Formats: sequence, C-alpha cells, structure tokens
Amino acid sequence: MTNTTLSNEEIRRYSRHLIMPEFGMQGQRRVKEGSVLLIGAGGLGSPLALYLAAAGVGHIGLVDFDVVDESNLQRQIVHGTSTLGIRKTESAKRRLWDLNPHVEVTTYEEQITSENAFELLRPYDVIVDGTDNFPTRYLTNDASVMLGKPNVYGSIFRFEGQATVFHPKAGGPCYRCLYPEPPPPGLVPSCAEGGVLGVLPGVIGTIQATEAIKLIAGIGEPLIGRLMLYDALAMRFRELKLRRNPECPVCGDHPTVTELIDYEQFCGIIPEPAQTDASYEITPIEVAAWLKRDDPPFLLDVREPNEWEIGHLPGATRISVNELADRLGELDTAREMVVYCRSGVRSGRAVDLLRGTGFRKVKNMIGGILRWSDEVDPSIPKY
Amino acid sequence: MAVTLSIPTALRQYTGGAAAVTLASGPVGQLLANLVEQHPQLGKQLYNEQGQLRNFVNIYVGDEDIRYLQGPDTQVPDGETVSIIPAIAGGN
Repeated sequence: MTNTTLSNEEIRRYSRHLIMPEFGMQGQRRVKEGSVLLIGAGGLGSPLALYLAAAGVGHIGLVDFDVVDESNLQRQIVHGTSTLGIRKTESAKRRLWDLNPHVEVTTYEEQITSENAFELLRPYDVIVDGTDNFPTRYLTNDASVMLGKPNVYGSIFRFEGQATVFHPKAGGPCYRCLYPEPPPPGLVPSCAEGGVLGVLPGVIGTIQATEAIKLIAGIGEPLIGRLMLYDALAMRFRELKLRRNPECPVCGDHPTVTELIDYEQFCGIIPEPAQTDASYEITPIEVAAWLKRDDPPFLLDVREPNEWEIGHLPGATRISVNELADRLGELDTAREMVVYCRSGVRSGRAVDLLRGTGFRKVKNMIGGILRWSDEVDPSIPKY
Repeated sequence: MAVTLSIPTALRQYTGGAAAVTLASGPVGQLLANLVEQHPQLGKQLYNEQGQLRNFVNIYVGDEDIRYLQGPDTQVPDGETVSIIPAIAGGN
C-alpha cells in the first residue's frame, strides 16, 4: 500500500480512472509514485509521452538528442510547428507541462550509450524503447535485463508494427531471445529510407503506453511472452508466442554477456571514414558543372518509383538499388556514371556493388537529392 | 491442399508486392524453399551464406516459433498460416 496522497485537484483530474474499481485510488497513487524512461521522443515517444503525462505518471524521463524537423510533424504529435528547430526533449517538455503540470519531466539531451545507460535507466521503474535503430535497441535491452527492469518494446516499419514487454525478471523473454542477432546494415531499411504511415506510431506507441501504465499501476495482464503484430493496411492484429531462450546470452540460464558491449560493432556498423573512399565521391555542385560539359556522365537514380515521382535530376535513369544486381546488363561499364539517391546512403551501396562487379567509372553523389536541392536546384523538393 | 505464407512489408519488394503466397502443405523448410524458388531474390534475405535461416528472421507456424517446434521439419497442417517475422527497428 502506498502513502502518496492525491490533492483534490488531482482527484478531479483523474476521476475517470478513480471511478473504475480495477484502477481506483490505489492504481492512481501507484501511477503517481511511478517513473518511466522514454528512450526516443519521436514517432513512438510522442503518443507515449502524451498519454503517460495525461495519466499522471509521477516522473517521466525523456532521452533524445535530435531537434524538431518539419518532416517529423506528420507523426510526432507531441511536437508542433511552434517548436520547429528546438530540441525534441524541450519541445515535448513544454507540451507535457501544458497537459499536466503535476508530472515531473526530466530531459536528457544525449544519446544513450554503453557508458551512460545504467545511470540513465537506474532511477526509473519502467523503460520504454521508442528508438529507431538496432544498436540502441540491443543496448536498451541488455541494460534493462541487467538492471532487472521491464522494457516496453515497440517498433514500426511502413504499415506494420510490433509490440511486446520484455521482462526476464518476471519470467518473460528479452529482445535477444526474439532476435539473437541484428540484420547486417543495409538489409532492413529505416523509417527515413522506408517511410512510415503517420498514425502507425500512434497505434504502437499507445499500446506501449497502455502496458507501461498497467505495469506501474499493477493491474491487468501484461504483454509479456506475447508479440503483438499490427498491420494497418489489412487492419489486422495478431499475437504470437514468445519464449525465454534458456541459452540466451543475456537473460539465459548461463549468461555470457554480463556487461554492456560496443553495440555499433555488434550490429556490424563500421565508422563512416573507413567505409567511404573519397575518390568514389562527387558533390552535387561538381555534378551540375559536369552535366553542362560536352562529356556528361550517365546519371543513375537508385530510388523507388514513388520517390522518383516526387522529383529527380533531368536526364537520369532509374533502377532501384534492390533491382540493381539483376539489371547490370542495362548499364555500360565503359561510360562515366554518377549514382544518386535521397541522401547518399543507398547510392553508396550501389556504387560498392557496381565497383565490385567491374564498373570502374562510377561515383556516388554525396548528400543525394537533399544536398542537390540545397546547393544546386531548390526547385527539386526535399522529402 | 494448401497453406498460406504471409510476407511482411519489409520483404514484399522481393515478392512483387505480394502480401501472401499460397503453397502446397508440407514441412516448413520445404515451403520456404518453394517460396524462394518462386521469388529467388528472397533467398538472400532469408538465408545466410551457409544456407541457414538468418537469426533476425523468425518463422512462425500459427502462433508458435518453429525454433520451439521441430525447426524446418515442422509439418504445416492444411489451412494453417506460416508467418515470416523479420526484426524491424523503426520508431522515430
């Protein structure tokens, strides 16, 4: 039983919780005493932060080092046009303060790393993973397991989402039981590359918020040992069974990973400079000048058809990076070639592939369409 | 007699956009081999260089992971759904 009291003002605010016998004063007091750390204040973090604050979670921590960008507002509903360009933590804090001043919000304008993870997680009862990359997801998992804290997991891609609660201390599995290893970089696209339906993180983030509130209120049946799958296009929910793997290197019976590791390395991410060779690169300004000469290069656009429709360079030919290996016959090895995509990542992969198969006169336009729009032709939209 | 293989969004680019593929029933390993035969580009996504299922791709028969059934030898009953569930990391 908890000693926390609710003021009359709080009782009015939370009355719809208090009149439910399953929740009641006890549930609300526990929620007020509870603390939740949100890792990521973006797509998933937005509805999470809003609902946790509205529900009266006593202490909310927000970890994010990014700033609010126009392209975030299609889904990151805690932010707004008035907070464009400011830190997401600060933007979210302002909104949460307006929503519920009874809630304490602590912001961390930093990236979670193996060095600071324990310090960040330790003060909180429940950890919520709303990040957007594999290294941070494995780090959040391992740190949560080692500290014995529940990790409310959600992830999204295009029209599909997954959610579950990892909690080995309560007998459930962890992220590594589900996926022992991450995919190699480049095989699974990110939201920035693959796109995401704006309301999708709303659905998945709200499931995570529900689970976090249930955990701290001590009510209901948590989503432990079950993976919830959501397909927005088919409008279908499914549930799969998850089991703790006794051989799991982190939460298994004989763990072999007992301290935090280098997660970038674990996920096969090689630091940028080692990966790129400057002689394979060309800037948009150099490409623009070259196109005006009488020996213009062949321009290869490796994006998807819907991206091409948004805008493309004049005279370019499009072959998506995923089809490239099968369509090499359409390209001329003897001709100078410049490859581009949205930001330069996929075209970098395409250049590696082409160079590896005998194309020697290939360059990657660094910064892609985004930089072209900034430096050469602003009439081509950035997206 | 047939079973349904459901293809996740992330892999639909390798199945010509198909969200589900219907195949004759059999052991799950055989079903996946038949799927890859129809859509060869899927092979690299599902299997590593040693021909084993990749660790970030889980295969479910109904609601159960084949790792906790009989692996690729798991028989898929008629009318059942086989799901390919890859790791996704998006959240932003």
